[in-house]
Amino acid sequence: MGKKEQITAVITKQVCMTGSIYEMHIKAERIACEAKAGQFVSLYCKEGGRLLPRPISICGINKEKGELRLVYRIAGEGTKEFSNLKSGDEIVVTGPLGNGFMTEDLKEGMHAVLLGGGIGIPPMLELAKALPGEKTIVLGYRDADTFLANEFEAYGRVLIASDNGSVGVKGTVLDALREHNVSGDLLFACGPKPMLRGIKEYAEKAGIRAQLSLEERMACGIGACLACVCKTTKKDEHSQVNNTRICKEGPVFYAEDIEL
Amino acid sequence: MNLSVDIAGVTLKNPVTVASGTFGSGIEYGEFVDLNRLGAVTTKGVANVPWPGNPTPRIAETCGGMMNAIGLQNPGLATFKERDLPFLAQYDTKVIVNVCGRSKEDYIDAVEQLADTNADLLEINISCPNVKEGGIAFGQNPKMAEEITAAVKKHAKQPVIMKLSPNVTDITEMARAVEAGGADAVSLINTLTGMKIDVERRTFAVANKTGGLSGPAIKPVAVRMVYQVANAIRLPIIGMGGIRTAEDALEFILAGATAVAVGTANFVNPYTTVEVIDGITAYMERHGIEDIKDLIGCVK
Repeated sequence: MGKKEQITAVITKQVCMTGSIYEMHIKAERIACEAKAGQFVSLYCKEGGRLLPRPISICGINKEKGELRLVYRIAGEGTKEFSNLKSGDEIVVTGPLGNGFMTEDLKEGMHAVLLGGGIGIPPMLELAKALPGEKTIVLGYRDADTFLANEFEAYGRVLIASDNGSVGVKGTVLDALREHNVSGDLLFACGPKPMLRGIKEYAEKAGIRAQLSLEERMACGIGACLACVCKTTKKDEHSQVNNTRICKEGPVFYAEDIEL
Repeated sequence: MNLSVDIAGVTLKNPVTVASGTFGSGIEYGEFVDLNRLGAVTTKGVANVPWPGNPTPRIAETCGGMMNAIGLQNPGLATFKERDLPFLAQYDTKVIVNVCGRSKEDYIDAVEQLADTNADLLEINISCPNVKEGGIAFGQNPKMAEEITAAVKKHAKQPVIMKLSPNVTDITEMARAVEAGGADAVSLINTLTGMKIDVERRTFAVANKTGGLSGPAIKPVAVRMVYQVANAIRLPIIGMGGIRTAEDALEFILAGATAVAVGTANFVNPYTTVEVIDGITAYMERHGIEDIKDLIGCVK
């Protein structure tokens, strides 16, 4: 048997951070013990008609308390159901899933740039904690609801971008990167596909490597169903075709290894 | 108490296997369940050569079910024989290899490549709704189904299970056709062709437009078809479609299935297979049933 498990976890805290962004803390000792930055968990609905798990990134890992902090956006009926749960309620969770960021590739003296867009911001917080050395953290929001932004300040220089320009640089994380003339040795990013596409292109032009965390609809979440694949530049060893499993081989890939 | 059942001369220690495509080759689920407990592992469909599958999104949730259009992505038999079959050989469980193809030649090539392996049974997929050629084209035409069955039987070393599609007017016609072609067993049902539309985006929920519907939503259809087929042919049946509890599995057995397969429920609860086995044992104890075979087709 492996390191993953499915358990019924107790919710220790649930609050609305802003608008449709919620924060849930769950007691899941073994998962918290095994988890690392960039991994995710599957959460399951109580409503019997909603069968499939919702993959949620891990925003914080508290190994001492055996708790996970999950920050998610209400995107449909399933996540809406989660948002109605209260402290003390139970939720079924499977994890830890995926491989997380390859933090070991940040060698001493290298400057890391972390880029998070929208609901891609939460996993960057645990990554910011995990990465040593100097960091620049660029966060992209829709508007002035800059959830989690203040928490990043402890870990590096924080730059903000917003779609409507109400806070920070008007535009995307890439606009903020250019405006502030930020350069780094290794990029880490999570966010919507157009943002990741932009970062992939930017990184290729600048000759910097970038780790991108992807999202896709999933069924099993553990690598069996082949629903959440991403196109690869080279033949994938597992699939023997140019498709790789986001839930199993990912969700984090080097930009040069995938097609977006 | 005896839970073992016989499928075409192969003894399964209990009647529970998995539906092809929902369990990989067991490698991933081995992290959650002891594969030695299963009557058999049925692998994801494999072809003579690698297939890339369909574009994403490949799945969508529906009320009480899900739709998939994976498109039979598979690594091809060379890799499968090198990696998946040796993995399964470590376990005390039977191996049912699901075989897919685009033509009669593909199927023959594949079953020949499987001749000297630890595959105990071959399940021939003539019912996948998500590939343009082969698959369901063979599974909706009784003449072609009989022909494919006979061709595969001629070249296969292991007993052959033909997997039937529910997307037909009369499933007994297909069952009789594969029986006439020399099949050793049948499995049913594959998924029901469905469609889901995202009204906000005004797009199809899966890139393939249509997908195969599975999960608890289809169980009554599956039980009905197993019952019909059990009354139409003499071959053993592996029943599946929406099984997530022992009671679900027992419905199929009472309807006439010799064995059952857990499918979509694996995605919801990775421990489902062993829970179903334990639940069947508890049911037999509760009802004083000594042999599972005494329940097959025993609905009154």
